[in-house]
Amino acid sequence: MEEEPANDFANMQLESGVTLVNRYVIQDVIGVGGMGSVYRARDLHFPTVVKLVAIKEMINRAPDPQVRKTIVQNFEREANILATLNHPSIPRIYDYFSVEDRSYLVLEFINGKDLEAVISETQGFLTEEQVLGWAIELCDVLSFLHTHKPDPIIFRDMKPSNVMINPQGNIILVDFGIAKPFQSGQKGTMIGTEGYSPPEQYRGEATPLADVYALGATLHHALSRRDPRLEPPFSFGERPVRKINPAVSIELETIINTALQYNAEDRFQSAEAMKEALITAGRKTGVLNRIPAATTSVQPSGGIKPLWTFQCEDEIRGAPTYYENSILIGSYDHNLYSLHAGDGKLNWKYATDAGVATRPAAYEGDIFIGSEDQRLHVVSNRTGKVAWTYYTEGRVRSSPRIAEGHVFFGSDDQHLHAVNLLSGRAAWRFETASPVRSTPFIAHDMVFVGCETGDFYALDFRGEVKWHFKAKMGVTSSPWVADSVAYFCSLDTSVYALDARTGWVIWRYRMGKGSISSPYLSDGMIFTGSADGNIYAIDARTAKEIWRFKTEHQVGSSPVIYKDALYCGSADGNIYCLEHRTGRLRWKFSTKGAITGAPLVYDDIVYVGSTDHILYALLA
Amino acid sequence: MKSIIDWLRGKKTKPLSAQENVNTIPLGDEQMADKLARIPRIEPQQIVYGCGQSVGKSRDHNEDYILAFSVTVGGEGNNYPFGLFIVADGMGGHQYGEIASAAAVRTLAGYLLKRFHPYLMDPSKGMDEPLQDLMRAAIQESQRAVTQAAPGSGTTLTAALVLGQQVTIGHVGDSRAYVIRPDGRNDPITRDHSLVKRLEELGQISSDEAVAHPQRNVLYRAVGQGEVLEADIFTAPFPQPGHLLLCSDGLWSVVPDDNLFKIVKESPNLQTACQDLVAAANNAGGPDNISVILVQLLG
Repeated sequence: MEEEPANDFANMQLESGVTLVNRYVIQDVIGVGGMGSVYRARDLHFPTVVKLVAIKEMINRAPDPQVRKTIVQNFEREANILATLNHPSIPRIYDYFSVEDRSYLVLEFINGKDLEAVISETQGFLTEEQVLGWAIELCDVLSFLHTHKPDPIIFRDMKPSNVMINPQGNIILVDFGIAKPFQSGQKGTMIGTEGYSPPEQYRGEATPLADVYALGATLHHALSRRDPRLEPPFSFGERPVRKINPAVSIELETIINTALQYNAEDRFQSAEAMKEALITAGRKTGVLNRIPAATTSVQPSGGIKPLWTFQCEDEIRGAPTYYENSILIGSYDHNLYSLHAGDGKLNWKYATDAGVATRPAAYEGDIFIGSEDQRLHVVSNRTGKVAWTYYTEGRVRSSPRIAEGHVFFGSDDQHLHAVNLLSGRAAWRFETASPVRSTPFIAHDMVFVGCETGDFYALDFRGEVKWHFKAKMGVTSSPWVADSVAYFCSLDTSVYALDARTGWVIWRYRMGKGSISSPYLSDGMIFTGSADGNIYAIDARTAKEIWRFKTEHQVGSSPVIYKDALYCGSADGNIYCLEHRTGRLRWKFSTKGAITGAPLVYDDIVYVGSTDHILYALLA
Repeated sequence: MKSIIDWLRGKKTKPLSAQENVNTIPLGDEQMADKLARIPRIEPQQIVYGCGQSVGKSRDHNEDYILAFSVTVGGEGNNYPFGLFIVADGMGGHQYGEIASAAAVRTLAGYLLKRFHPYLMDPSKGMDEPLQDLMRAAIQESQRAVTQAAPGSGTTLTAALVLGQQVTIGHVGDSRAYVIRPDGRNDPITRDHSLVKRLEELGQISSDEAVAHPQRNVLYRAVGQGEVLEADIFTAPFPQPGHLLLCSDGLWSVVPDDNLFKIVKESPNLQTACQDLVAAANNAGGPDNISVILVQLLG
């Protein structure tokens, strides 16, 4: 599908080599704004030296003559303000002119980057030292503007994209284009730079203290990397800097909080006062020659003792099931074990002919388990003796689901099998494009399942395809279907949400790497793991990330939610317990091998198997 | 084969372990009655709607703009109806609000219909682009169009794209989308991007103060304003049975929610309901332009 141009103005940009008013030769585009581009150009009035200038363009394409007039007036206002100012942090203006429907400002060329780009291009956080230095310079230039004679000038649009950092590391304030006051009382009036503006600016009051607030917001953004334009207004109090970036000193956080006070009278009463506070804080923390403090927070870990453990003879890769006071678990040692849930004592074990990597299902006194011996085994829960088996033509790594008198599961023989519980015979087999290791999900009278080539199917109970979707890589992940939406992960790095009736993609959320983890839906959030090492919480309606938690290795295990906590294993050997709303770590427990299966939480006890051959029972 | 399905469906069993992770909330009596009184099966599945608009009683021109569009496909195979419903309320009186709302709606609709055209002509051509990504791109196009047509102006924009069982909402500003269910579960599903709503959330003012607040028309997010536009985009199941209602603040700010729901419930059809809603707003003084779209998914 063809892509639309990123911006119409990109098509109207001047080519390099074009000469404006016989004087300025355009060299390059250095920025694209809402109404035109900013160019780097050479001034031909200096033939022997290369004098570079910045040329800010405004293309007036409004069809309405009144609108056109207003636009030109705003442009001239910016030029006139700049012409009266002389400060090292304010660009000099050389000229302005209009050509047809385009107007141009010729400004001092600043060879640098704007702070917004600096923030987004920095890996991790900017240092306090850097930000403090810029903050002091910004206070200085704001103070210059606020004490301007005869009338104070309110910048009104302080934000990272209007702050340039030159190669010497000094700041230059750019874009004096917003110079018009707000109109209040007018029905429907709306203007404001969302995110950085203080409450009173929405009422049409623009005072020096509004610039102080916006500077606080700019510093908050620089230190926390959280763009306030993407958050509701006045919500800084809900995300203090140090909560996001604990390396920031309490002193600097306090200054930012003061600048961001809701009521103007609670802020610094001038940019000068804020500057003094910044200098005092810098001296106190010795931030200019500080050795980066080690801020390793203490993670709760040890001290957790399992209630009981059970040792198998090989790796445990599947998930346990609870049924009538027993824990059922399969192992690569070929066995299905039934353990007493209270103390882990063996009730019985049942041997298949190959490794077991699936989760058992229980139904009316029988336990169903798939094995790499290509069979589905049905075992009496009471005796541990086989009731019947069902043969496929490939290894069974998909876990059985029981619904409507049938057991549904996939096999490496490239089929989804529906087996009648009474007869033990196939009701139907559905041929897929590749091995099925995903566990089917039954909802809305349909069966949903993925396979290793990325094909995802929605079948009716006759085994006929209702719709089919193809992810770019395999879907080993087992789907979750609720409210007519099917959620699953793919090795193509995406979490998908598909309309369960039509198969249309509602949203796609991209993770760092592929995933075989199965998503879990709870409280409107989708929880899942990824090979990028993270456990993610994603808003199920909007696909917005709510939090992510980094483990030390791939997360192929699937999370479960119990009460207000999430439990998930990682290939780093830990089982993690996180607060499910915030992703904060409550505790973790180390095993001696990777955890690939999902945990089970029942009655305040977490049961989890590890590739160290042990099944652990831990207090939730 | 048919007997197998009947048998499959008819088998009475308690909820099974296959769904061990799924909790369902028991339905209340009212909801159950509602399910039982469900409208008879309508085929093919279709989206029906009504619209209403009025300049109101105190404005001399209309800065609202609406668009409603629905396609029904019937025949062999998997056919799903498609619908697109948009309400925009241009801001700013002299700042060319009517240019902004028109540009936003036309651009949004134009973009989405262009992208959906191949599918509407041949439903076997699925699209792999997520609905929410399409909506996001369409709103960015609208933002560009408004910035170009009337720089400095702004508009609200609430769009509902209905496909299959899902409605995907794109929303900026203080026009609203409501879900109205016959069992009384009626809620706005959009969140106003208005200063007053935000102050209310922060506990700075009470909901009573909000109604009379002098800045009640100030938005902190509008199409055409700011370089970065963060629209609210989400997908929810279409209420069935029930209605989806889109409206500008000319309706919701003067007609209390309960009246709104009552009118919808008591009207014989969608068109009448919309006219009655507009009349209710005008009877309450009609201080602003009024726009409403009421949508139902049948079958």
